[in-house]
Amino acid sequence: AKTKSNVFAKLSRAVAGKSKVDDEVLDNLEEVLVTSDVGIDTTLRIIDRIEKRVARDKYINTAELNAILKEEIAALLAENNKETEADFEAALTKKPYVIMVVGVNGVGKTTTIGKLAYQFKKAGKKVYLGAADTFRAAAVEQLVIWGERVGVPVVKQQMGSDPASVAFDTLTSATSNDADVVIIDTAGRLHNKVNLMNELTKIKNVMQKVVPDAPHEVLLVLDGSTGQNAFEQAKQFTKATHVTALAITKLDGTAKGGVVIGISDQFHIPVRYIGLGEKMEDLQLFDREQFVETLFEQQ
Amino acid sequence: MFENLSDRLERSFKILKGQGTITEINVAETLKEIRKALIEADVNYKVAKTFTDDVKKKALGQNVLTSLQPGQLMVKIVHDELAQLMGGSSVDINLKGSPAVILMSGLQGSGKTTFSGKLANLLKSKRGKNPLLVACDIYRPAAIEQLKVIGGQINVPVYAEEGNMNAVQIAQHAVKFAKQNNHDLVIIDTAGRLAIDEQMMNEIANIKAAIQPQEILFVVDSMTGQDAVNTAKEFNERLNFDGVILTKLDGDTRGGAALSIRSVVTKPIKFVGTGEKMDALDTFYPERMADRILGMGDIVSFVERA
Ligand SMILES: Nc1nc2c(ncn2[C@@H]2O[C@H](COP(=O)(O)OP(=O)(O)OP(=O)(O)O)[C@@H](O)[C@H]2O)c(=O)[nH]1
Ligand SMILES: Nc1nc2c(ncn2[C@@H]2O[C@H](COP(=O)(O)OP(=O)(O)OP(=O)(O)O)[C@@H](O)[C@H]2O)c(=O)[nH]1
Ligand SMILES: [Mg+2]
Ligand SMILES: [Mg+2]
Repeated sequence: AKTKSNVFAKLSRAVAGKSKVDDEVLDNLEEVLVTSDVGIDTTLRIIDRIEKRVARDKYINTAELNAILKEEIAALLAENNKETEADFEAALTKKPYVIMVVGVNGVGKTTTIGKLAYQFKKAGKKVYLGAADTFRAAAVEQLVIWGERVGVPVVKQQMGSDPASVAFDTLTSATSNDADVVIIDTAGRLHNKVNLMNELTKIKNVMQKVVPDAPHEVLLVLDGSTGQNAFEQAKQFTKATHVTALAITKLDGTAKGGVVIGISDQFHIPVRYIGLGEKMEDLQLFDREQFVETLFEQQ
Repeated sequence: MFENLSDRLERSFKILKGQGTITEINVAETLKEIRKALIEADVNYKVAKTFTDDVKKKALGQNVLTSLQPGQLMVKIVHDELAQLMGGSSVDINLKGSPAVILMSGLQGSGKTTFSGKLANLLKSKRGKNPLLVACDIYRPAAIEQLKVIGGQINVPVYAEEGNMNAVQIAQHAVKFAKQNNHDLVIIDTAGRLAIDEQMMNEIANIKAAIQPQEILFVVDSMTGQDAVNTAKEFNERLNFDGVILTKLDGDTRGGAALSIRSVVTKPIKFVGTGEKMDALDTFYPERMADRILGMGDIVSFVERA
């Protein structure tokens, strides 16, 4: 179980009774942020904001400093669009609501799709899955098993077939069967591979032949233990597919996933979901305050 | 993100330029920039600190009134130190034993199953081995099927027991099967697991105890950030692994995790993964990795311009 670390205590001792944040505080803060994968640039920006706030507000007791810290970091995380799809129970804006899931290899795309299908289904929605990873060994079987586990249909073709064609089929079936949500799995691909990135654009275009404004959501899955390379992932996937939301997986481990703070801020993409395990229940809606809270916790 | 490294060093080298020796004062700015560059390359915060402290010790007092510019000298010191930390000559896989048994370990999605196939393929075609792949991931949906597809691609048989939920037993049976069927090499794929998952870490420790593998490999994603040190340390404490496999280096990550891992566990990095196909692996070159982490391409070209 996670326990509160002494980070805040340490920070507090260093600032108690002072009207300026001194180097010791800043060094501690830098260490906490950097070791959570926040990255140097974002860390320096956060520190800068804190200094300005402190200078202006002339505090300061411990509780105030903690609050300021959390506020300033949370402010960098893009706001989720409240009235739409964040809540599984909420009515979806489109029917079918099409979600395309993308990301580099092994981050947890297929598993996240299984978990999402479970949540949407539990909320009473009719879900269709599309197995458009036709490349990785047994990728189709993996999604099919998730479909069986959750109890939702999976549209598939042979291994090696055109992923865009699978996506087309999936939307066609979903539309004629009155589905509420369609989730398309795609093969993992590194963002520096131009051909593979172009393939995503093509999948997207082909989907629009069935549902003109699809996909309504492009979910980029980031592995919570990934470091600064996640920036480049966000940049390149956004370029190829216009990413609309992020999911951060594997936060049940010791990694903090701090890199998303800078990403969310720079690309104005909200974090929508977090993955906390390998079971179908292990998905949560992203909660900014809670996320920031856990940044300052140690194992 | 890294493009400005040269600019930064340029700034800091200005201070060094025209100075006879490297001193505490004139080198401070350069060291700060190098530390930042390391952190941006995902080298662990503490490791980066220790590293720059060591570099400072090496650099202090060095006479720069030679043909080398002070900037060049610093770059050389940093590069040599990094390459040395990465490990000298490459270390081979231990194939003694009949059969030789290799056990894979690592976090979820790091590339264990793919690498199991690549290694079987390599040792079969280059060393004339007769490998057996073993499916000990009994949890992930279609994990067994994935290994079977891979085995099919490279023509290597896969030992699996569908429905058996005892990975230790499967591993034991597989070794027995290998002996009976003249397989001189057994490669055991295992489920991905978190270092803090007591139950799963016990499982793999029990597999180790039961079959005493010649070689335990820790497979790690080269894009891993600050947490790489914790994971490597935990896995090493439980398994005392023999080597590290760094995957997905065909991406554009700097791969600082490699340095972090080297400095906390001092185990050799034996192979790197460079793609999804079965022939996409390479031996590990410490010098290249050092260059990659520091973005040496950028720095060297800058120093040449300067
Ligand atoms: N601990 C933990 N493991 C996870 C989580 N999400 C996914 N995984 C595991 O990570 C591994 C990879 O997950 P996949 O869903 O296959 O990842 P993917 O992105 O679809 O992979 P590719 O299709 O090969 O690119 C599997 O072992 C999953 O069980 C999570 O939130 N926590
Ligand atoms: N680009 C690239 N992809 C790789 C490499 N190695 C593995 N992959 C991909 O990474 C993803 C995960 O690989 P797996 O071999 O399934 O990883 P794993 O460690 O067995 O995953 P779990 O069993 O779920 O823990 C797959 O999409 C692989 O194709 C590599 O070197 N380069
Ligand atoms: Mg997948
Ligand atoms: Mg596997």
